[in-house]
Amino acid sequence: MKTFDLGNTTVRDLNQALHDQAKTLEEREWLVTHPDGAHNLAVGVNEAVSVDIQGHAGYYCAGMNQKASITVHGNVGVGCAENMMSGYVRVKGSASQAAGATAHGGLLVIEGDAGARCGISMKGIDIVVGGSIGHMSCFMGQAGRLVVCGDAGDALGDSLYETKIFVKGKVESLGSDCIEKEMRPEHIEELQALLNKAGFNEKASDFKRYGSARQLYNFKVDNACAY
Amino acid sequence: MCGIVGLYLKNPALEPQLGKLFEPMLEAMTDRGPDSAGFAIYGDEVADGWVKLTLQAASDDYDFKALVGALEGKLAASLDWFQNASAIVLKIKAEEAAVRSALAELAPDVRIMSAGKSIEILKGMGLPKEISERFGLGSMKGSHIIGHTRMATESAVTMEGSHPFSTGADLCLVHNGSLSNHFRLRQELRREGIQFDTENDTEVAAGYLAWRLQQGDSLKTALDSSLEALDGFFTFAIGTRNGFAVIRDPIACKPAILAETDDYVAMASEYQALSSLPGIEKAKVWEPVPATMYIWERESAQGART
Repeated sequence: MKTFDLGNTTVRDLNQALHDQAKTLEEREWLVTHPDGAHNLAVGVNEAVSVDIQGHAGYYCAGMNQKASITVHGNVGVGCAENMMSGYVRVKGSASQAAGATAHGGLLVIEGDAGARCGISMKGIDIVVGGSIGHMSCFMGQAGRLVVCGDAGDALGDSLYETKIFVKGKVESLGSDCIEKEMRPEHIEELQALLNKAGFNEKASDFKRYGSARQLYNFKVDNACAY
Repeated sequence: MCGIVGLYLKNPALEPQLGKLFEPMLEAMTDRGPDSAGFAIYGDEVADGWVKLTLQAASDDYDFKALVGALEGKLAASLDWFQNASAIVLKIKAEEAAVRSALAELAPDVRIMSAGKSIEILKGMGLPKEISERFGLGSMKGSHIIGHTRMATESAVTMEGSHPFSTGADLCLVHNGSLSNHFRLRQELRREGIQFDTENDTEVAAGYLAWRLQQGDSLKTALDSSLEALDGFFTFAIGTRNGFAVIRDPIACKPAILAETDDYVAMASEYQALSSLPGIEKAKVWEPVPATMYIWERESAQGART
């Protein structure tokens, strides 16, 4: 295991070392100590390495991740795992705004709460949140799944495309064109598999499913005269 | 951008170290605000009948001694004062209004940064490190403190445009964000008798709160109504004589993080600014919820959800 102490090295050194060794993969396990809320930790990693961050991370932690497995033993700031392509990111604490924003793939697990705009414009990632999420989450979500074991804030799934949303608790309000949908056996099966994969001891049948009413995302030709 | 930080001590035993604990918090926010910095510190209260003012001159060599002498002669009041770089802290046994009008006459170019029983505001242009060194922040004592590092957007980089702003006794506010209705609101508040020294949007927010408190609102009610009255993006940290509050607008674009232990409550724009605090690894750390007020006051601590 390679240990990187950010108390005496820079974030740039850490990220460069992660990128450099990805070509040779001589070291698969990395430990980052004293992150102290630094931004851009383990960003753009593109090989199957494992990174453990021992403490709180700042903005954009594990952004653009591909293949790597990254665990933060603390909280993360804005934009954790934003635009992730594949791999696995686990946050032991809570996440600030825009967790998993625009991400195309992989699995993001947040054990605590996530702030506003969780999964905004998500494009294929799976996000599982152990606690609650803030307002405007999943805005313009295009693909992937967002699972919330707690409550969801205002305007959930506003202008939603094809992201599937599952919430166990209360939804403060649904956004434009987002509706509750029937939980059919295939959804329970799919959700249970995802909950198990994320390591949550929850029953899929306790959740409600939300999705797009599909009234908003195609341009209606009847409205052409308005332009 | 801008960075804001605040530290409110629950354990009085830490009061001698307030400046030392706060200095690295302010400096950690340099990336968010390298243009100017400042802080409002609370402590060293004056007795009943006395008022404490912080005055700042344009240069370090201003003859404050002559000014204080003239003031003493004019008001025939007991006073005590000390200089700190380009500022002085003046404690005087007189009515605030009388001191203000005497100062306006004797030294119209000297600015009154703060007035009250407890508050002192020190600020200026330059990196946060330069400001904290200029005023000797590291050795200051007190019960609570809020600070600001500025990346200017709304108005010019000047000492006057530096934050924090105070427009009422012992009331101070630091702000990350921008207000879109400050021009109109300033006009309305001027009609209500609130004085403004700059064209800065944050001063309007401070003025609004000062006006609500003058009207008899509690801090909680005043903050509640500010969510309606102020249009824009904001995270505020607010200091009063015995209290500390944090509030974010309903959209919550601007960041904020809170940490609490048995010894203190700390607030910052980013966690980085909290990482130097003792016991932070065991602290309760959370992101304040939008449009929700968090208030701590001496003898009581509460996070009130609206």
